[in-house]
Amino acid sequence: MRVLVCVKRVPDTGARFELTPDGRDIDTRNLEFTISPHEECAVEEAIRLVEQHGGESAVLTLGPEAAAEQLREALAKGIDKGVLLETDGSEWDPAATAQAIAQAVRELESADGPFDLVLFGNESADAGYYQVGVRVADALDRPCVAGVKGLKVENGKAQARREASGGWEIYELPLPCVVTVKEGINVPRHPSLRGIMTAKKKEIRRLTPEKPAMQLVKKGLRKPPERGGECEILGEGVAAVPKAVEKLKEIGVI
Amino acid sequence: MILGVIEHDRGKLNEASLEMLTLARALGSPVEAVLLGADAAAFQETLKEHGVSKIYEAKHEGLGDYAPRAWGKSVAQLVRAKNPRAVLAAGTDRGNEVMAHAGALLGVPVASNCTEIRPQDGVFEVTRLRWGGSLLEDAELRADPKLLTVAPHAVSAEPAPAPEIAVEAFSPTLEEADWRVRVVAREEREQKGVPLTEAKVVVGGGRGVGSAEGFKILEELAELLGGAVGGSRVATNNGWRPHSDQIGQTGVQIAPDLYIACGISGAIQHIVGVKGAKYILAINKDPEAPIFQRADFGIVGDLHEVVPALIEEIKKVKGK
Ligand SMILES: Cc1cc2nc3c(=O)[nH]c(=O)nc-3n(C[C@H](O)[C@H](O)[C@H](O)COP(=O)(O)OP(=O)(O)OC[C@H]3O[C@@H](n4cnc5c(N)ncnc54)[C@H](O)[C@@H]3O)c2cc1C
Ligand SMILES: Nc1ncnc2c1ncn2[C@@H]1O[C@H](COP(=O)(O)O)[C@@H](O)[C@H]1O
Repeated sequence: MRVLVCVKRVPDTGARFELTPDGRDIDTRNLEFTISPHEECAVEEAIRLVEQHGGESAVLTLGPEAAAEQLREALAKGIDKGVLLETDGSEWDPAATAQAIAQAVRELESADGPFDLVLFGNESADAGYYQVGVRVADALDRPCVAGVKGLKVENGKAQARREASGGWEIYELPLPCVVTVKEGINVPRHPSLRGIMTAKKKEIRRLTPEKPAMQLVKKGLRKPPERGGECEILGEGVAAVPKAVEKLKEIGVI
Repeated sequence: MILGVIEHDRGKLNEASLEMLTLARALGSPVEAVLLGADAAAFQETLKEHGVSKIYEAKHEGLGDYAPRAWGKSVAQLVRAKNPRAVLAAGTDRGNEVMAHAGALLGVPVASNCTEIRPQDGVFEVTRLRWGGSLLEDAELRADPKLLTVAPHAVSAEPAPAPEIAVEAFSPTLEEADWRVRVVAREEREQKGVPLTEAKVVVGGGRGVGSAEGFKILEELAELLGGAVGGSRVATNNGWRPHSDQIGQTGVQIAPDLYIACGISGAIQHIVGVKGAKYILAINKDPEAPIFQRADFGIVGDLHEVVPALIEEIKKVKGK
């Protein structure tokens, strides 16, 4: 079984967002980078599927040279190969991103054979367009289901479970297919020391896609109004408890 | 014309569609709607009440139960036939999925989870959610037609009756491959206690709780207050709680009367899930923790001492 998983490099923003003075971007000078939790689960799912069924896994990202870091992390966890679609780091709209990924999948498949499964996150952590995976599926004319929190592959078919109001919806897809994953489908592993060492030797293929004209263009970022008010510190340790219970009475929960 | 994609589950209207229609009416008129896999009769009154002057009722055997690609392709075909200026759906799992297919087939991006839409000549200026709502993005949608989804709860649904409503049947051209991905079965979830999203009091635990065992005192506190237990991503990722208990950007968003955050630092991706809480009480041993900048009340201390004391005191007050 051959599985491809697509991830996006995003800043790990921590406790609060700091914007650049022009308000166009997040100030990333003091930040580490990561991928969305959904994508971490997609990576984990790809590793598990290949552990179960044999075969090969690959991880792909479209982003700046620095995004190789996110590929290495996935390789350290057990993904076999990396693919970097290198850009100048500027923002791509979801139609352009999907087009470049679909084109890369065609190239990779003509070299090494088809992927039975292409995995995505349900939405990217930063842009949250909720569409790149679905668009790649349509571009490749493959069946797709989004928001999956349970996946089984058997006899050339995938069974996907998705949470819906009050329960689960179940979908069946013939392979090859595309699935977008939500956090909760599994608990991702941490890379082992040995994994980190072997990742350094794994292959990362580089392709340079051409950037088309953008049809959805970010102009600026703003912080939404925050929860207002001052925090009233009721005290330290157990000594604060009587006062806390008074407050709970006041606001009507006791 | 502005076209709204009406979301329903087996004939039950999703209220987020009415919020979408409220925003759609501000973009121009007439506002028309497309309905997939359901009879227009059941929706006619409500949609008329919300300003829809025509329903396109898609008729096809492949549109029975929810089938994302068949729904998206039907929308794309209707858009080609009727040339609406803009197409809107609710920014829900289904709304975003159907519009992603429609956008892919029409070759245009979708501006998803918009909170505001300002039409200009040939371009729509939009405000949309980023980082699960932690940030707002101002963007320009230059594509034609304009495909958008509306973030749930961004506007409240206001009725504005249309004088009349017409129904027009249309038959999309679909192949079996378009509807092979569809809901083939459902499972009900068993629910113990109050669901997290409906609880009036939620007790949330994070890294500070330390273990699955540690959550016992949080459960006791929640039970005493008739509430539910949730957690941060650290709690779910460590397997201390099931993922369905995770609050935040990639978990659930809650709006209880009171949220008690125990051993949670207050990262923005967590806080975005409790923005709707009326009050937040934070219990954290670090006085510098960011959670204290977002809470209404705070106790600086070890939750393993504070929570049991809180339980005892509440029991006393309640006379138990
Ligand atoms: C794209 C993205 C999406 C994310 N989505 C989510 C999400 O949906 N939900 C979510 O929660 N997180 C999410 N995160 C992770 C988030 O950024 C934080 O890492 C996480 O919320 C931290 O959890 P925590 O507060 O439990 O742990 P920490 O940040 O480690 O904080 C633990 C706190 O407990 C306090 N503490 C320790 N011991 C005690 C004690 N004995 N008594 C009292 N206090 C104590 C410490 O002082 C500290 O403040 C996301 C991250 C990313 C990048
Ligand atoms: N630049 C990118 N490189 C690789 N994969 C991406 C990129 N952007 C988005 N994706 C994938 O598409 C999913 C959905 O993204 P989005 O449509 O932006 O919400 C993400 O979770 C990733 O799996």
